[in-house]
Amino acid sequence: MTRIDVGSVLRHSANLPFSDLVTRPTGAAVRRCIQTELAALSEGDVALLDFSHIGMMDYSCADEVVAKLLIALAGQDAHAGYIVFHGITDAHLEAIEVVLDHHGLALVVQFADGGARLVGSVSDEERAIWEMVYARGSAAAADVADVAGREPAEMARILESLLRRRLLRHDGVTYAPLGPVQ
Amino acid sequence: MTVVIAVPSSLDDLTFESVLDQLAQHPADAKVIVDARHATFATPYGLTALLTLAQTRAEKAEFLPPENPDTVSYWARAGFFRYAEELFDVRGHVPRPRSAGESDVLLEVTPVTKSDDVHGVVERIQERAASILLNKLHLESRATMGFAMTLSEACQNIVEHAGRGGWVMVQAYNYRRRLGGRFVVVIAVCDAGVGFRSSLESGQRRPLSDRWDDAVALEAAVVNGVSRYGDPGRGQGLKGIRGYVHRWEGKLSVRSGTARIALIPSWDDDVPRREGLAFFPGAQLQITIPEKVSAVA
Repeated sequence: MTRIDVGSVLRHSANLPFSDLVTRPTGAAVRRCIQTELAALSEGDVALLDFSHIGMMDYSCADEVVAKLLIALAGQDAHAGYIVFHGITDAHLEAIEVVLDHHGLALVVQFADGGARLVGSVSDEERAIWEMVYARGSAAAADVADVAGREPAEMARILESLLRRRLLRHDGVTYAPLGPVQ
Repeated sequence: MTVVIAVPSSLDDLTFESVLDQLAQHPADAKVIVDARHATFATPYGLTALLTLAQTRAEKAEFLPPENPDTVSYWARAGFFRYAEELFDVRGHVPRPRSAGESDVLLEVTPVTKSDDVHGVVERIQERAASILLNKLHLESRATMGFAMTLSEACQNIVEHAGRGGWVMVQAYNYRRRLGGRFVVVIAVCDAGVGFRSSLESGQRRPLSDRWDDAVALEAAVVNGVSRYGDPGRGQGLKGIRGYVHRWEGKLSVRSGTARIALIPSWDDDVPRREGLAFFPGAQLQITIPEKVSAVA
């Protein structure tokens, strides 16, 4: 997994001695730098976007860095990379949740202990199925259908939707979380 | 012809209208003396709006500072004269301002002209604001981050839309006129730029309605989140400000051109929309966050 330190990107791309992600021009500069790094990923690679060294983030920057990055990623071919967000705190979450909701987007946040959660615009059903796959480490549509007591075709449709939104990835014929599972 | 404009003894967002009403009676190029000798109190809005007023005059205006020594000392500590001396012909002696950061003001009058200025404002405000919001306003810790975000977005409106520099100031004080002396933190952001109406017109973002004036433009931008940019991610700054103000039972007012709209909490009796005001260029925004009610005995 490739790690991208957003704090370091902020210092170098925007040439600013600050740790806060504020203003649209700053956000756009940071996003462009991250996109350059993501372009170097191999097919199906997962990048860990690390916000540990970021203080606070305003709405404009969240829109530029997070929302536009996810929108661009969703528009790419299926073999493009995946992103997991790390080091996200309440100081970032307020702005992130607002912009995700605005655009109907969602992302995966991974915690230091290896746990993960979905943040953003997902239905209760999508969240439950995502958590089921995450808990099992990997699952086929039939496995999920068995546990949920639902039709496999219905589960496959939701899993494919999570896959298209890059919240899950393929692991052979099964669906898998983006990050490591503990 | 020289015109004397009397500054009211208590200068805030509402009484500043009397300054504009006086100015509106005279041509834009009239020689003006802004007489603040009898002023004894000014909110951040009052001070930043006075600097904004100076920016709008074709001929440099004269300025008569407050006679009350406490008032003139406070205005100096607030950084007002640091910029007033550039924009006005200030008459008489005023105290030397301390260096920025040594003042008892939460955020002294600070110019905002470019994105880097916003970074500086956010950096400076966070530590000071955290203490005030937690200990004086008794808000939860998450209010601190939201406060910095709100301030950042308010300042960015100048950079993104005004077309010229503006001013920001933040202060905390007892609000005696309302709230029975509860503490409030007030953000004022004023500019003399193009204003909301021209900004939306420049982006071809005028709503499809027959009526089009400053009040409609303000409502489109502040209430409905319309931005002059077609980018669907735009407009979230003011939306975020509205959300923060609502969550902490605060008040937001925005004036532009000849109109002013306000989101009014239960503790205030302002009117939501004023039209037909004296014209003043740019946009003037004020956010008031009050002390939490349940914390007051």
